[in-house]
Amino acid sequence: MRSDVTQYELTAPTTLAAVLAQLAAEPGKHTPIAGGTELMVALGVGRLAAKSLLSINHLKELRFIRVDDDAIHIGAGTTFTDIRRNADIARDLPLLASSASWTGSVANQNRGTLGGNICNASPAADTPPALLAYGATVTLISTNGTRTVPYTEFHLGYKRTALRPDELLHTITVPRTFAGWKQHIRKVGTRNAQAISKTALACLAKLDGETIAEIRIGAASLADRPLRCTGIEAALTGLSIAKADLEATVRAGRAALAFEAKPIDDIRSTGRYRSIVAANLLEEFLRSLVL
Amino acid sequence: MSTIQITINGTSQSLDVPPMKRLLDVLREDAHLTGTKEGCGEGECGACAVLMNGELVNSCLVPALHADGASVCTIEGVAPSAAAEGEPAHLHPIQQCFFENGGAQCGICTPGMILATHHLLDKYPNPTLEQIKEGLAGNLCRCTGYMRIFESVQKAAQALTTIST
Repeated sequence: MRSDVTQYELTAPTTLAAVLAQLAAEPGKHTPIAGGTELMVALGVGRLAAKSLLSINHLKELRFIRVDDDAIHIGAGTTFTDIRRNADIARDLPLLASSASWTGSVANQNRGTLGGNICNASPAADTPPALLAYGATVTLISTNGTRTVPYTEFHLGYKRTALRPDELLHTITVPRTFAGWKQHIRKVGTRNAQAISKTALACLAKLDGETIAEIRIGAASLADRPLRCTGIEAALTGLSIAKADLEATVRAGRAALAFEAKPIDDIRSTGRYRSIVAANLLEEFLRSLVL
Repeated sequence: MSTIQITINGTSQSLDVPPMKRLLDVLREDAHLTGTKEGCGEGECGACAVLMNGELVNSCLVPALHADGASVCTIEGVAPSAAAEGEPAHLHPIQQCFFENGGAQCGICTPGMILATHHLLDKYPNPTLEQIKEGLAGNLCRCTGYMRIFESVQKAAQALTTIST
């Protein structure tokens, strides 16, 4: 049943400061809307609970990509198309570039934003696995100022985040210090384009000879929220990928994944299937390290 | 209600609409341009795709207020208008190529396909088959099986390149 659009308010304060002032004045009353690729779907099927929306779509203060020596800073209002067109991201953060390229279709990438993908907080969202693996931080802003928290501390549960009612996500900061690391990302959905993930795995590893010196893994749909897989990382750190050891390392990785993954059952897949597929993706990554 | 100023196919107009009304419905109900079709209504099928400030968007996911100040091109604005009264209007080369190569059957996906093709060929005048498949991945067709659409896009690319050289 479609929503009655006359029952919804939408305003577009001209500045970020004005948006923050309105969020602070009436905390919890207004829902920010950027590209609308999620909230307008909810509106269409009569499931948009928020009756008052505050547009942040037009705020230039939130749409930027800035590169410094150690990191790339991305404004929350940056679209997937902006990310795909950025040469610095393509070079330094290929896992983020790949995940932006398979988020929805071209038309959705022209509207949808990185901040929206994060704040919508779906466990299946496309960009969080890469951001978790890269060790991103997020800067949140309100009329009280800003605070920066590790992205691993942002998702608190199913569709629950650390964002307070008077705060907006402002910047996502991603370290660009992964030259020489092995990088791999793969998403499994019903088709290549436009599908929402059954599961996805973003993996980074630094080798010391044939030993895994460091490994970092972010996952979609392996928990009720986007998950940094610290258990799998701990199990694999220091293991060998030498020919004689590879099978044991693969077994250790699969066992750690089976232990750490707590995927949900939903309309797109079952938890059991998600665990098996994610283990296959991890194995694919580990075997790729040998080549 | 909000008053939005919107340029549709080159004509600027002022419309009083609920700010969360979908651009799709503004185009069909307020601007009376019914060429833009509704398919899924949730951004999956691309039937309602239009160009907004030159970028392809699904008009079912754009609130009216976000189109304030924007320039929108719908399927009605793709073909050049007839030069004079009584002269036949010509199709745009993309439309002509879909027409000649069986790229359109039932017609529901066609307006969105044409605009997605327009957007694709602006970016890649000589697209590879992979680029065509990716550029149109957000546009679903239940009739053609896509092969004739891909051929239509390839022919349109050739036609447009010939015109511009």
